[in-house]
Amino acid sequence: MVSSTTGFSSYFHFSQVNWPSMWSATVETIWMTIFSLVLVGILGILLGLLLFETTGSTNFWARLVHWVTALFVNVFRSVPFIILIVLLLPLTKNLVGTIIGPKAALPSLIISAAPFYARMVELAFHEIDHGVIEAAEAMGATRWQIIYKVLLPESSPALVSGITVTGISLIGFTAMAGVIGAGGLGNLAYLDGFQASNNTVTLVATIIILIVVFIFQTLGDLIVDKLDKRVAN
Amino acid sequence: MIEIKDVSKLYPGKQKTITAVKDVNLTINDGEIYGIVGYSGAGKSTLVRMFNGLETPTSGVVTINGTVMSELKGKPLREARQKMGMIFQYFNLLWSRTVLENVTFPLELIGMDKAERIAKATKLIDTVGLQGRENAYPSELSGGQQQRVAIARALANDPQLLLSDEATSGLDPKTTDEVLELLLKINRELKITIIVITHEMHVIRKICDRMAVMDEGAVVEEGNVFDIFRHPKMEITRQFVSEEETPQLNDTTVVINELLAQVPTGKIVKLTFHGDQAKLPIISEMLRQFPNVDLNIVDGSIHQTQEGSIGTLYLQLLGDDDEIAGATDYLHKMRVGTEVIRGE
Repeated sequence: MVSSTTGFSSYFHFSQVNWPSMWSATVETIWMTIFSLVLVGILGILLGLLLFETTGSTNFWARLVHWVTALFVNVFRSVPFIILIVLLLPLTKNLVGTIIGPKAALPSLIISAAPFYARMVELAFHEIDHGVIEAAEAMGATRWQIIYKVLLPESSPALVSGITVTGISLIGFTAMAGVIGAGGLGNLAYLDGFQASNNTVTLVATIIILIVVFIFQTLGDLIVDKLDKRVAN
Repeated sequence: MIEIKDVSKLYPGKQKTITAVKDVNLTINDGEIYGIVGYSGAGKSTLVRMFNGLETPTSGVVTINGTVMSELKGKPLREARQKMGMIFQYFNLLWSRTVLENVTFPLELIGMDKAERIAKATKLIDTVGLQGRENAYPSELSGGQQQRVAIARALANDPQLLLSDEATSGLDPKTTDEVLELLLKINRELKITIIVITHEMHVIRKICDRMAVMDEGAVVEEGNVFDIFRHPKMEITRQFVSEEETPQLNDTTVVINELLAQVPTGKIVKLTFHGDQAKLPIISEMLRQFPNVDLNIVDGSIHQTQEGSIGTLYLQLLGDDDEIAGATDYLHKMRVGTEVIRGE
């Protein structure tokens, strides 16, 4: 049987799909996403907090920290991801010891997504009513108590919906990383699908990615709903 | 005792420096309810924030029981704040916490043990009349109920001083009165000094012992609430007092004009009674002495303050000029404030 690379029917040659490798590519994509998302969450909240706490300060050091953090965030948020991977190849090699495979994708995934999330975190904190923070100060709360007893819980729905959006773009990034050998569904679609002219593999990889995104979004929405007590339910 | 001495607060700006508070001197005694009234922008919110160090004075000192607030920093400042409660116009509750968790919040801050803080919060929730709503979220409560939660939260640390920053301004009249009753009860039962910031004279009259009037950062008039209601010295104070005396002033003017149109031969007088005079049968005595005067009540009201009642009465007097002159003279003699609104 000769596979046809053109025409609509080329999408439906399911016998040509190597299901075990499709499965392991899916696992790789999910692994890359979740692992980097955890680190992006931590790093993004720290950066966002740093931006929020140093906003509008008159102290020289606070202003310096704000300026440096904002510069870092703006630069890495602006560099297109595919260029960032290539740019960070030497750093990746030093950090994880390899430039191929799922592990190699992590540094660029994190450095690209953390600034994106940091901005959302900063916005979420700014949305908290200033009066609530003032009330906590009037009760004698320390800065640290305000952070973990007021800022984080009061912005939790926005933090979770932000991490959902970030996670979904991370899934997209992992697919791009796949093209330069990071593994996962993007890699499979590129090598076995595009280069081997097997459109069915590309279609199946796409559908799996869509299912992952869908599950992710639904999960995020459910958690936000559970956390948000601002509307009486 | 709280002493404010020569306190000023300036905000240097690019164009010009804004003076939010100007040379304020006040003494507030332990256990009293002290009201500070003024229009928005008068500097009263800035002033009240100096009591708990949320603002620091540019010059002058705020002393609370011998402690100079502006000298405190870090831990001593936080400890001083824990001995004061504050309530706000928009309640400032944490929406992510239940009623109970909001009230335990200040107790968590001082590291009180869980069982103890729940017991204490539950008692306070009873005090403010919200028993049974412990597990509700603020979004499920009315404005008045949310302010009650905020009051319970402010009382959690057994404060000596409660600051109220426009706490009833967002509430309807009925709820305002309920919250004011609660503040009065707290002051009487727990002996807590309360400082009330408001733009509503009604709030002052209802619960305050002494008061200050602020205008453009300065205290323009200060004293006993009753005395100020009786003899307002400054124009701005008169405005505040008259707003409160005749809440339907416009309606009254309409009524007077209608009456004048119907009976063109009327003299309209406004009588003001204070304290004991409000209890005497002055009007019926006047009619007995001047039986040819006819009298028509246009409008009237009596308000209770902490020290006595203040009454206002609008009368239309009909009859012989001499008789009417005699009647108003009699009222003067009885020390009733008499003001002719419209002559013949």
